Amino acid sequence: MTDDTSLSRRELLTGAAGAIGGALIARVPALDAQGAPKPAAAPGAAPAVPPVVPPAVLPVVPVDPTKVPGLPTSAQGARSPFVTLARTPTGDITGTSYSPLQDLTGTITPSDLHFERHHAGIPLIDPARHTLLIHGLVERPSAFTLDDLKRFPFVTRTHVVECAGNGRAVFRDPKGEKVTPQRAAGMSSNSEWTGVPLRLLFDEVGATPEAAWFLAEGGDASVLTRSVPMSKAFDDALVVYAQNGEPLRPAQGYPIRLLLPGWEGNTSVKWLRRLELGTKPWMTRWETSKYTDPLASGMARQFSFEVDARSIITSPAHPGTVDKGWRNISGLAWSGRGKIRRVEVSTNGGKSWIDALLHPPVLSKAYTRFSIPFAWDGTPALLLSRATDETGYVQPTRERIITVRGAGTDYHLNHIVGWRVAADGRVFFHGDT
Amino acid sequence: MQQTTRRIRGVVAGVVACGAVAAVALIAACGGGRDAEMGAPPPSGRYDIGRAATAAEIAVMDIDVGPDGVELPAGQGTVSQGAKLFGAQCASCHGVQGEGMPPAYPKLVGREPREGFPFGRDPKLEKTIGNYWPYATTLFDYVRRAMPLFTPGSLSDDEVYALTAYLLAQNEVIKADATLDAESLKAVRMPARDRFVPDDRKGGAAVR
Ligand code: HEC
Repeated sequence: MTDDTSLSRRELLTGAAGAIGGALIARVPALDAQGAPKPAAAPGAAPAVPPVVPPAVLPVVPVDPTKVPGLPTSAQGARSPFVTLARTPTGDITGTSYSPLQDLTGTITPSDLHFERHHAGIPLIDPARHTLLIHGLVERPSAFTLDDLKRFPFVTRTHVVECAGNGRAVFRDPKGEKVTPQRAAGMSSNSEWTGVPLRLLFDEVGATPEAAWFLAEGGDASVLTRSVPMSKAFDDALVVYAQNGEPLRPAQGYPIRLLLPGWEGNTSVKWLRRLELGTKPWMTRWETSKYTDPLASGMARQFSFEVDARSIITSPAHPGTVDKGWRNISGLAWSGRGKIRRVEVSTNGGKSWIDALLHPPVLSKAYTRFSIPFAWDGTPALLLSRATDETGYVQPTRERIITVRGAGTDYHLNHIVGWRVAADGRVFFHGDT
Repeated sequence: MQQTTRRIRGVVAGVVACGAVAAVALIAACGGGRDAEMGAPPPSGRYDIGRAATAAEIAVMDIDVGPDGVELPAGQGTVSQGAKLFGAQCASCHGVQGEGMPPAYPKLVGREPREGFPFGRDPKLEKTIGNYWPYATTLFDYVRRAMPLFTPGSLSDDEVYALTAYLLAQNEVIKADATLDAESLKAVRMPARDRFVPDDRKGGAAVR
């Protein structure tokens, strides 16, 4: 009997003392005195029913996982108990939850971590009873089921969805230091979406030439409505039914949502149930009382659909720490107007800038991952990132936005932010740019 | 059966018209800006998917009211009727005087600041129906579809007229003894009516 197996066995026995450990033991074949696994059941006996949901609590951890068989297959996977990924739910039906940007790599947001902003909760919709109605200035008012929509030619596109209010809290309070990337910019998420180009549906119903706007309406309890120019439909608008390879999650609009690439998230109406074509906007609450941008001129900008280019370093970030030596500075950049052309990173608070590497693929209206290698020498540093998109737009400072729009402006607050690295390696948010 | 035949012919026609050209050219030649994976459109331009919507099912869902109010339903309500309804069904969240409980429950009443629309300069100003909303029809449309929060869609059209009247009167937009119906609501002009401009951000070097 080796030390390893005896330790493993002792670990398991310790676990058996607790209720959770007991449940684990039931799934892990007991070891005999020689440390060899015994069959789970006598030959001919019914095999134990495998667990559908792996333990939610950290199971007993073998000292040497090569000496103890692991868990069986399961209907749905779960994250490692060593990984904790969580949104920040406010817990109310008109609330939000933000994506944990600091814990994610690459560019795709896992669907269960996509940010949320709802106006009357997440509806439970039976797809068999849900239709998309298209009427108004059309030749053939029509109703489409989910199955109908899947019969049309489909496209798959990777796009960011960003709330117009992303970054608002740190814009209003630039002095807060204990802010994570999730808090600063987590009202954005990036997914692979599959669905029907909206123009195919409008061709199908015979949109008339007088139609200049359409109203998109959700089937949730806020029956949310937004007016959208027809030109978006004939550009890149989609009616999507799948996200990251699976049907939409309820929080993301199951069974169908509108997806308007590059436009403020509120316009990508979830739980889409109706499209009405007309000649002018409807002036709904969500495009008058909300989602309009007051300006210092004494006016407010309306139908400010496109999201301006933004970037944020997601590592290092608060509440993490930096050790001396080489590491990556890594982050995300995107623009509602097309591709990211360039991301510059500064380690000295903007005195000098270095071009970061853009990790391919660089997609239009989607997250682009950037990084640069960085050797921290133990002296205080101020890390910033600045995105430029393919139109030549350069992400502005907070001060610049205030100069141009006024201190009371709201929505589309995409200012440069970053992280202050203290001499002890602790990292704090820096939003006062 | 007839539909199936037409479909098959559609595919054949697509191949004949566009099959010989390279993929990139095919998009331009056959799709009029269509994405490559959409393939060539059927010759009729339609896929014959979905069914005709009935006038009755459209009427049930088509509850939106635009800024000229042409869709406003029959019915009417007074400010005083609205005051009673507000006390019973809205005040628990929006406050007895419509003062709200920010940030979760919006303030609904308030005309200050009366001059200059200074929201772009002062982040502390609270937007209300009276100082910020450009159209009165929006209030009718929104309350009818979305309020009260836990029982949306439960108000009759008369009740929505009454609540709209009450909130407009509290915001000093209409008189305290007013009655609202489709015609009088259409005629309401909101204080912030001319305060909205189209988006002038276009990308490029300028920050707007
Ligand atoms: C249970 C709480 C609750 C009740 C009761 C309630 N509301 Fe609301 N109301 C809300 C919330 C929360 C919002 C904000 C919704 C959102 O963020 O989308 C809101 C928003 C509104 C708005 C839009 C405000 C703005 O600035 O955009 C109006 C108007 C309104 N309510 C009117 C009413 C009326 C009229 C009633 C009574 C018939 C009512 N509400 C009852 C919670 C409530």
